[in-house]
Amino acid sequence: MKLTLRVWRQKNADAEGAMSTYEVDDISPDMSFLEMLDVLNEQLILSGEEPVAFDHDCREGICGACSLVINGDAHGPERTTTCQLHMRSFQDGDTIDIEPWRASAFPVIKDLVVDRSAFDRIIQAGGYITAPTGSAPEAHATPVPKADADFAFEHAECIGCGACVAACPNGAAMLFTSAKVNHLNVLPQGAPERETRVLDMVAQMDAEGFGGCTLTGECATACPKGIPLMSITSMNKEWLRATRKAGKR
Amino acid sequence: MARTMWDSSVGKKTVMAVSGVIMLLYLVAHVIGNLKIFFGAEEFNRYGHWLRTVGEPFMHYEWTLWLVRIVLLVAVVAHATSAYQLSRRDIKARPSKYVHKKPRASYATRTMRWGGVILGLFIVWHVLDLTTGTVHPGGFQEGHPYQNVVDTFSTWYGNVVYIAAMLALGLHIRHGFWSAAQTLGVGSRTRDRALKTIANVLALLLTAGFIAVPVGVMTGVVS
Repeated sequence: MKLTLRVWRQKNADAEGAMSTYEVDDISPDMSFLEMLDVLNEQLILSGEEPVAFDHDCREGICGACSLVINGDAHGPERTTTCQLHMRSFQDGDTIDIEPWRASAFPVIKDLVVDRSAFDRIIQAGGYITAPTGSAPEAHATPVPKADADFAFEHAECIGCGACVAACPNGAAMLFTSAKVNHLNVLPQGAPERETRVLDMVAQMDAEGFGGCTLTGECATACPKGIPLMSITSMNKEWLRATRKAGKR
Repeated sequence: MARTMWDSSVGKKTVMAVSGVIMLLYLVAHVIGNLKIFFGAEEFNRYGHWLRTVGEPFMHYEWTLWLVRIVLLVAVVAHATSAYQLSRRDIKARPSKYVHKKPRASYATRTMRWGGVILGLFIVWHVLDLTTGTVHPGGFQEGHPYQNVVDTFSTWYGNVVYIAAMLALGLHIRHGFWSAAQTLGVGSRTRDRALKTIANVLALLLTAGFIAVPVGVMTGVVS
């Protein structure tokens, strides 16, 4: 495959960025999108140019490190992570636009790499449980109803890649935050912090400068892990419940 | 608690949802009232007078009407203020656009903000036209709503403004009603289809019901 790539190049956080055009040849349809970028970078290094900086780690679709907006879609045209996207999803001769996540809470560090530490601070605000340390507890010590376990697991699938923020026209982190809140709030292990968790995480989300939800559904469409849009509804419900309870105290 | 509500993006959305539902309930009553125009001047004018006497003798003349007006004014101001503040936050959160643009979301979803502005301006005109009579074409007659309605819809701009605003209203309700359900946490997977259907039916019935009046005047059914 022969492809034309238009890639966002930005020297550092303060520099002005722009799209640069590159040609790549001999791309196998079986290559992953990141392998295709590796080919581009080898080409750039050989010609003495600065390689394109992009985030990647496990390349197995489970770590949430890769983060590219490909032809206007977070993680590209397939519902998966960029690392699990293969070149067979494109045609020979295509022009592909590659941009970083866009959100003021995710500032560009270099080229296609953005700073997603805002997510870490949302987790620090309440995405944990007060687990006793020491040996693992007996598995049946805390029974969890099947429906709750399924609900928790569905939300626990979130890998925190930030595609939801990148896809949202408001740069909102509602889907990420709701996945994390719902995952722990439904379980007995998460019950002691049920109210403070949702209040603190939403407050941190606001403080980081993420936008609000206008229910466009773009986040859930982009999510490589299939976190449903209804996740946001569940978090809103938890937030209102916690606010009412806090008001009574 | 009020502070937590207003300071949080989720809380502000709740204010929008609740005020929106209040206005929606009012619109349902409003459209039912409007349709009485098809039963003649006498019935319509009598209905207009009755609105002022609702709740008597417990309520004084026009008290109930003013109570409704105050609730609506608070709802409109709360809705618009939270919409403005939330929109500011949203635009700030996404300052740079993607180079590769794609059509996003449904038409109703994309037009919520400008549709809301259009509706706000419409409400101002509508009150000045048919409540105070300030900008009413042809002598405004207090107590004769039938004639006033006919006068307004006898002008081309009255029809254009009204019908355009009602189409915007339909789109606004279509996305707004369902969104309010999500914001208030009453949406769920099992209820989703029902909520979307109710939103569409409400949008369609309200728009059709409101537009029926100018169409009635234009076709001579109401004169």
